[in-house]
Amino acid sequence: MLGTTIILAFRAINRHKLRSFLTTLGIIIGVAAVVTMVTLGNGATAAVREQISSLGANVLQLRPGQGFGRGGGGPRPPDFKPADLTAIENQLTGVRAVAPMAQSSGTAIYEGNNWSTTVYGTTAAYFEVQSWKVTSGRLFMPEEEEAGRPVCIIGNTVRTNLFQGGDPIGQRMRIKGVSCQVIGALATRGQGGFGDQDDVVVMPIKFVQRRFTGNRDISQIMIAVDDAYDTSTVQQSLEELMRERRQIKAGGEDNFNVFDTKQISDTLTGTTTILTQIVGAVAAISLLVGGIGIMNIMLVSVTERTREIGIRLAIGAVAGEVLMQFLVEAIVLSCLGGVIGLLIALVASWAIAPLMQVPFIFDLKVNLIAFVFSAVIGVVFGYFPARRAAALNPIDALRHE
Amino acid sequence: MSVDPIITLRGVTKVYGSGATEFQALKGIDLDIAQGDFVAVMGPSGSGKSTTMNILGCLDVPSAGEFLFKGHHVETLDRDQRALLRRRYLGFVFQGFNLLSRTSALENVELPLLYRGEDKQTRYDMGMAALDKVGLKQWWDHTPAELSGGQQQRVAIARAIVTSPDVLLADEPTGNLDSERSIEIMELLTDLNRNSGITVLMVTHEPDMAAFARTIVHFRDGLVERIEKGLAG
Repeated sequence: MLGTTIILAFRAINRHKLRSFLTTLGIIIGVAAVVTMVTLGNGATAAVREQISSLGANVLQLRPGQGFGRGGGGPRPPDFKPADLTAIENQLTGVRAVAPMAQSSGTAIYEGNNWSTTVYGTTAAYFEVQSWKVTSGRLFMPEEEEAGRPVCIIGNTVRTNLFQGGDPIGQRMRIKGVSCQVIGALATRGQGGFGDQDDVVVMPIKFVQRRFTGNRDISQIMIAVDDAYDTSTVQQSLEELMRERRQIKAGGEDNFNVFDTKQISDTLTGTTTILTQIVGAVAAISLLVGGIGIMNIMLVSVTERTREIGIRLAIGAVAGEVLMQFLVEAIVLSCLGGVIGLLIALVASWAIAPLMQVPFIFDLKVNLIAFVFSAVIGVVFGYFPARRAAALNPIDALRHE
Repeated sequence: MSVDPIITLRGVTKVYGSGATEFQALKGIDLDIAQGDFVAVMGPSGSGKSTTMNILGCLDVPSAGEFLFKGHHVETLDRDQRALLRRRYLGFVFQGFNLLSRTSALENVELPLLYRGEDKQTRYDMGMAALDKVGLKQWWDHTPAELSGGQQQRVAIARAIVTSPDVLLADEPTGNLDSERSIEIMELLTDLNRNSGITVLMVTHEPDMAAFARTIVHFRDGLVERIEKGLAG
């Protein structure tokens, strides 16, 4: 009997193709939006995770201030000094590599091409900490680091914008008005949680300090923890060492912070998850509106088909069968909308994922939930019109014009 | 004919509304209808003939009195039980045909079989047989809009008889048809009555149509005025 009811529902929907389509549009858009958002959100989360893990596991970042950014009011916490770096290198156990960083930004120019980018002053240890390799050329020599020679290693974005297809190795370019020689080109890392990671020029820290920042301050220190040691233990010793060096009294607040890359990863994926949930909630509201649309059309349909209901009742349909007929019709409508929505979401997220540079991850669970949800909408919003149909008096229904 | 009555009404009344707007449509009907009879119900509008037909068709219940169908009390049945009784024993033909629009003749005829839970092949066979009986086998895939009034009524009759009912209730079946089509429909009903043994109850206000019946029941003011033998009887 249910099979027949479903056939009847399809016949009824088929009789009003355009109207049925418009009715389900709310569900279609709702399901498509929810599933696309969640799929892309999952992709973004996965992308962030991958990006973070490419930074190298067990990496600690030491920055002045509290948390991300430099914090709100009060005097700006001091940067680190070269002595801090030496102390970390000499006094901290379980450290594999330590890289100081001084940051600046400026325009790089090569033969009439110019490009605004970020300049990192650091040492060769930076590439070890980041597990980042050069595709051509070489890293800094110890004497280049020591003397702060004008040599640079460029990220792929800078390379593409300045040198187009040409080989940059050995070429001289200008950065912030200072000439420097390109000695290496870095492998592509892509978009990270921090923007384009390839938009960077890396130079010896002494050069950056002397020519750009004008002091010997270190804005950030990156520390790779030896695999044999526990990251949180090393983090704790690092924090103790820095409190001591920056003369913070017991109970005083730290004026620096240590970030574990894992912690950053959690923060970023947490943000993506919240965004996905918010967009998902908005889309869920459109599903609700779609459900109301179905109820509206089903009520119209019941009124319009009053005579048909009368005929069915006269022929011997019991109230439950009429109720089922209209309920199944609403469910079939909303499920059809759900299926079409899922197909659109599939195509849309498959097409958009590469544009957003996130992987396309098909999540069966999300698709199933969205489908079941659309079916539930059919039940909830179809029940009231269906009950109204079933309650009709056959004599009045037959007389209905 | 000395057959047991298939339908018996005893002291049936029907009251609509209450208080000041109370209206007594039936004031105590006693009626026996024999199995295999062809009954024409006549009377001016407001005489209670439609109300009686609704009760006989198990679409409505009497306010008081007894209604026995095949010896069983119908007035005590609930809505769904009466629906099942209609499904099993009754067929309906209406003045306005009441076919489902945008639905083929065959699908219309198959409708009662759907509620009986017949499978697809059975529905097709029985539906085509019923269409054949009313002479519309070739028109099975036409929708009502593509059929003439007489053809639509014949599809409606096919729908009513596809379940081989005991009783066929026809409410002014020729009311919307010209006299030539009307006579065709009446001949079809007579044929079903004589050769398929279906008891036919028909409301009409045309004496020409009533003449096809074996028994003619005249209603007036909510009462049975008189019962006479028709020409066919």
